[in-house]
Amino acid sequence: MTDLDLPDLDLTVGPNPFFWDAATVRGFYQSLASAPVARVVIGELVCSKRLPFWQDEIAGAVETLLAAGKSVAVTSLALVTLKRERKATAALSDISLPVEVNDLTALQSLPAGQPFWVGPLINVYNEGTLRWLAKRGATRICLPPELPLDSITVLARLGRDLGVAVEVWGHGRLPLAISGRCYHARLHDHAKDSCQFVCGLDPDGRDVETLDGQKFLAVNGVQTLSQSTASMAYQIEALRDAGVASLRLSPQSGDFAAICKGYADRIAGRITAMELVSYLVGQVPGGQLSDGFVKGPFGAHWSAAPPAKALRPGL
Amino acid sequence: MELVCPAGTPAALRAAVEAGAHTIYCGFADETNARNFPGLNFDRAEMAEGIAFAHARRAKVLIAINTFPHAGAEPLWHRAIDDAAKVGADAVILADIGLLAYAADRHPDLRRHLSVQAAAANADVINFYAETFGVRRVVLPRVLTVDEIAAINREIDVETEVFVFGGLCVMAEGRCSLSSYATGKSPNMNGVCSPASHVDYAEEPGGLTARLGGYTIHRTAKGEPAPYPTLCKGCFVSGDQTGHVFEDPASLNATQLIPALARAGVTALKIEGRQRSRAYVAEVVRSFRAAVEAFDAGRAMPEGALAKLSEGQAATTGAYAKTWR
Amino acid sequence: MTEKPLPQLPRILALAAKPLPLTPLTVMLTLLTRQLMQRHPGLQRRLGDHAQRRFLLDLTDMPFLLVLEPGGARPRVTAHTRRRLPRHDVRITGLTAAFLGMVHGSLDGDALFFSRDLVVEGDTGAAVALRNAIDDAELDLSAELAIIAKPLAPLLAHLLPATERITGLALHRMDRPEGAAL
Repeated sequence: MTDLDLPDLDLTVGPNPFFWDAATVRGFYQSLASAPVARVVIGELVCSKRLPFWQDEIAGAVETLLAAGKSVAVTSLALVTLKRERKATAALSDISLPVEVNDLTALQSLPAGQPFWVGPLINVYNEGTLRWLAKRGATRICLPPELPLDSITVLARLGRDLGVAVEVWGHGRLPLAISGRCYHARLHDHAKDSCQFVCGLDPDGRDVETLDGQKFLAVNGVQTLSQSTASMAYQIEALRDAGVASLRLSPQSGDFAAICKGYADRIAGRITAMELVSYLVGQVPGGQLSDGFVKGPFGAHWSAAPPAKALRPGL
Repeated sequence: MELVCPAGTPAALRAAVEAGAHTIYCGFADETNARNFPGLNFDRAEMAEGIAFAHARRAKVLIAINTFPHAGAEPLWHRAIDDAAKVGADAVILADIGLLAYAADRHPDLRRHLSVQAAAANADVINFYAETFGVRRVVLPRVLTVDEIAAINREIDVETEVFVFGGLCVMAEGRCSLSSYATGKSPNMNGVCSPASHVDYAEEPGGLTARLGGYTIHRTAKGEPAPYPTLCKGCFVSGDQTGHVFEDPASLNATQLIPALARAGVTALKIEGRQRSRAYVAEVVRSFRAAVEAFDAGRAMPEGALAKLSEGQAATTGAYAKTWR
Repeated sequence: MTEKPLPQLPRILALAAKPLPLTPLTVMLTLLTRQLMQRHPGLQRRLGDHAQRRFLLDLTDMPFLLVLEPGGARPRVTAHTRRRLPRHDVRITGLTAAFLGMVHGSLDGDALFFSRDLVVEGDTGAAVALRNAIDDAELDLSAELAIIAKPLAPLLAHLLPATERITGLALHRMDRPEGAAL
């Protein structure tokens, strides 16, 4: 099904959703310079209060990544409400890098004709929306992680027709929700305005279990993530056949460059899906994987798992 | 101020109009609207009759087409917009960019409201929707304080509508996949959140246990009020803490804030609850109509008597007060 | 909507209902159900596939259990003793007053659920569909009974309000907006 002259799947590293200190951020982007990824999205996605702590790292990281031949874009915030957030969002279009729009606010200040990328937090569910964004100047779109393979197939094909590269969430805890309220602060009994940056204590988010101990969610400041790490390890062929251009790998702690290499090896056929999975289980926080949004009865489902009922205590 | 009231059935629509609603919002009985619950909503004939009933009593009807069309299945959503225009809806409530573009292109005279599902939370993005798609009114997401709403209204030319009563989303609406993570069904794609079809109740030693897609959402001892098994209002464990990590199972009641919302430039007050009975609709609408009239007459806001109708039988002013965050 | 606790069927009446043979009760309720489904086609339409479910109605102040099967060409209600739980897909438990209040539009199903006056177990989706279908049908059981028992209508007109006064149950529709169907 794949046309031979089309480039195969490549890898895009998404913005880091977590609050890491400056030194960790620096090390992270240095290690990505030699990782087999085509492009990197950088910037603060989740909480504008974090940015002052690490924004001085951005220029250096961009320089390193560009020098290593990667494309680089800067993300907008996921939820823009405050005045200073609006100013920062408007200022994105002055930077000489593509903007990855993760809140439509960013479009209001983006000059017509200036190309941009669209991140997974924008609701691109159908052809009408994709067409409108393409006309407005979108050149890459990472689809919302919620989309099933049927939708991905329709949109990836349309993307190819329109010259828009369509990307799919490939690896990482899933961004399930964004809120005005900070759950990290709430768990620590702080008000949001005096949060004391407690989200920095949890480099992969703070785990949330059910009353019966089922692994379920993770909170990351104002963001809610899945506790499972989504992985397209078993879906590479299906996504390639669907015409997907790129897999998005979302940063996590540990040896992320090695995780990127794992996916590159899997795409190139140097390792099998099973080999990649057995490696990932030891690397992802909590050791739990999922791919149910793309192919399964519900998001948390994992292709390699026994039938759902057996997994579910109390049913 | 305009009172915008829910109707999940023609009977509820009539009850709302009789109880003093200025405007009713409702949806077609399919995945095009965000309250796609079993046994609920309107077929085309019922919608036409409902609109005739409301218009005869000088009430307006808005049709919510506020889910995100599935790729490959857009005609269902496009037909909903075409039919809304045909049956004489006073406006359509939309969230999807593709649908906004379609409606603006095909039905330029059909008034367009931006659904809360679009979570337009600042003046820039509201101006974007207004300038790009001719949106005339924005339903504001439930993440803003009254002061922030006032600031937004100073910078925009379109009307704003805010929720004053009912179920409360703690997440930015239209940007939440918690439900589909656990059940495969989401507000954006299927018009349902934490759907009844995936809910199981079991009497267990710790109390009545509610599970959604097999995940335990809460366990309530005898005599405690029971919340909906909605994910974001569940009781969970994180580290050494057990509790409502995201939001307590309370529902919004902003009766006392009506004067402040009016001062903030808000045009319309919205009541949540298309999934509720006509008994709920009638009582809540009557109560808010009295409050709006009291405000117009310069009287104090009446003390609410709606606690029984509220989830958790408890009320909150939600994000309107900054301490909520 | 009332803030008072739901009325429990007076014990004397519950006792009176006890020796009631279940077959005549089944016959009468089935008759009533078929008339309802026929006179209110919206019920079937809103129930959709959920009409095929078996609804166990556990009226906790009644000495028997009811099973409602609204689907198919021959809808029916059967009365069962409490000795053995009849087969069902969903069980709805509450006082008779809660059920009648919902049917007659004076009580909100979700509010009854919040206060634990109504408990649903099993196929929750079917229970929601039934609740919504009934709410939209704007039923009035007094009027329906009067149609079944036409010759007795004057007597019922006298008897039902008296029964309502004694039991505190809503046997007729409480809200009647102008323009609403009977």
